[in-house]
Amino acid sequence: MRHDGQPASGTVELTVTWLRVHGRLFASGWRRGATYRAAALGGLVANATFGLLKASILTAAVRAAGGELGGYDQAAILAYAWLTQALLGSVNLFGRSDLADRMKDGSIAIDLLRPVDVQTASTAQEVGRALFSLLPRGVPLVVLGALFGGLRLPTDPAQLALGVISVVLAVVLSSLLVYLVAASGFWTVETRGLQVFYMIVSGFLAGLFVPVTLFPDWLLTLAWSTPFPPLLQVPVDVLSGRVTGTAALALVGLQVGWLAVIYAIGALMTRAGRRRLEVQGG
Amino acid sequence: MADVAAAWRPYRAVLASRVRSQASYRGGFVLDLASSLLVGLVELAEVWVLYRAISDPGGIGGLDLAAAVLVFGLADLSFSIADMLVGHVDTLPRYLRSGTLDVFYLRPQPLLAQLVTSEISVRRITRIAVGAVALGIGLVINDIAWTPLHVLFLALVVLTSTATFAGVFVAAAGVQFFLVDASEMTNAIVYGGRYAASQPASVWSKPLVALFGFAVPIAFTAYLPTVALLGLRGSAWLPGWVGWLAPLAAVWTWAVALLAWRTGIRHYQGGGG
Repeated sequence: MRHDGQPASGTVELTVTWLRVHGRLFASGWRRGATYRAAALGGLVANATFGLLKASILTAAVRAAGGELGGYDQAAILAYAWLTQALLGSVNLFGRSDLADRMKDGSIAIDLLRPVDVQTASTAQEVGRALFSLLPRGVPLVVLGALFGGLRLPTDPAQLALGVISVVLAVVLSSLLVYLVAASGFWTVETRGLQVFYMIVSGFLAGLFVPVTLFPDWLLTLAWSTPFPPLLQVPVDVLSGRVTGTAALALVGLQVGWLAVIYAIGALMTRAGRRRLEVQGG
Repeated sequence: MADVAAAWRPYRAVLASRVRSQASYRGGFVLDLASSLLVGLVELAEVWVLYRAISDPGGIGGLDLAAAVLVFGLADLSFSIADMLVGHVDTLPRYLRSGTLDVFYLRPQPLLAQLVTSEISVRRITRIAVGAVALGIGLVINDIAWTPLHVLFLALVVLTSTATFAGVFVAAAGVQFFLVDASEMTNAIVYGGRYAASQPASVWSKPLVALFGFAVPIAFTAYLPTVALLGLRGSAWLPGWVGWLAPLAAVWTWAVALLAWRTGIRHYQGGGG
């Protein structure tokens, strides 16, 4: 639809409209992220504390293992400890989203009346908020890690660019995954159980606590068969330059693959769910 | 004795009502129990994954897997008990924002006592169970030269470590009067402290030793008592014999906590209602 209410004609015009609408939604998410300054500062302090703790225990573990542990040497494990914390404000591993609240209080009914797709619209907003978080939480943490924590990033611009792409893909993928959690609210009013389950499992399998490469084989296989390592393990490995060349490209390809799969599942759920939805009150 | 029982009766009544109210949403309650069980197990699994990946029998920071399980058990048990009893004081920012804290001022009881006794988080019970089981396993698989002193020390440490974590919760709540919107800042200490408690403090960098070794004496809750129990060496800044002083950490934490709380209360101007 165009602003004058007339249906848009032509694929080009439709695409332009779609981009403009979602660009605005992205910007509104970005601005919302910008309003919570105190919360961002609090998050930064928490991430920095955990960064210090992780760096200490993990470097000690690499030392104890004789300088190499699960494919990580001292420099790589330091990068891992700091970058996972730097991404934590942007990659949604908590499972919470505005949409879940809107499902619960019934305002989803209004969202469904709007002439934009609920899935892409809410994802655009979440991604906007999440990418903004890189400014007050991600970048300062990388700087802190570099100044005091021994963090070193690759100087090769191509590798850095691929790393940034991988981070953005991880952020979008996490927003789409969290959409699935919220969209289960089409069937059950209360999605808190699923959200908590997502929080516990995603963090562990994404490599938030220890790199998944340290997992025993069966757990490693299990982890790589889920979309969770592409949320944290992959962007951190690509950005830090631990994985380079075609291997890095393959990892980014894996992220794109999961992105398509999770988007498709979300789209199907939206289509099936909007017929199921019951909103109480009115 | 009868006086004591009478004095506790209101608290018992409040707690019983809280327990009933939490259990009345059966599905949600079971879910909460299951999720805190799962969180506890996953955190124990992290310790296992990390130590398993290292073939060196010397372990990390002077602790092998068996000793690490003991540290984890002590840390998790005492933190979870503290969380169940006083963890809800971290809802203070919500009262502050909505202005409902002022209601507490109308009642003839100290504010802190009211906040602490207003709730009990029964769902933490499964997390406490994980900690207790880990502690039990840790005590069995480690070679401890048991004497009556060791038994007494262990019992005392569980109590004082719980008190230390409770003190950390209260201190964090006191600071909330100033922060309000930045509650994550104190989470760095509270939940960062929980994470730090399960680690060998011997691997910490200097800023961490200053923060969690001395200022907020987290190292005294699990790592140092374990070092004392097992007769290990410890590290340069925190040598093994310091572990026997672990109970004193609770005294220090509570002194800081009550100071933080008093300062916070004095700063509070009311919700304007």
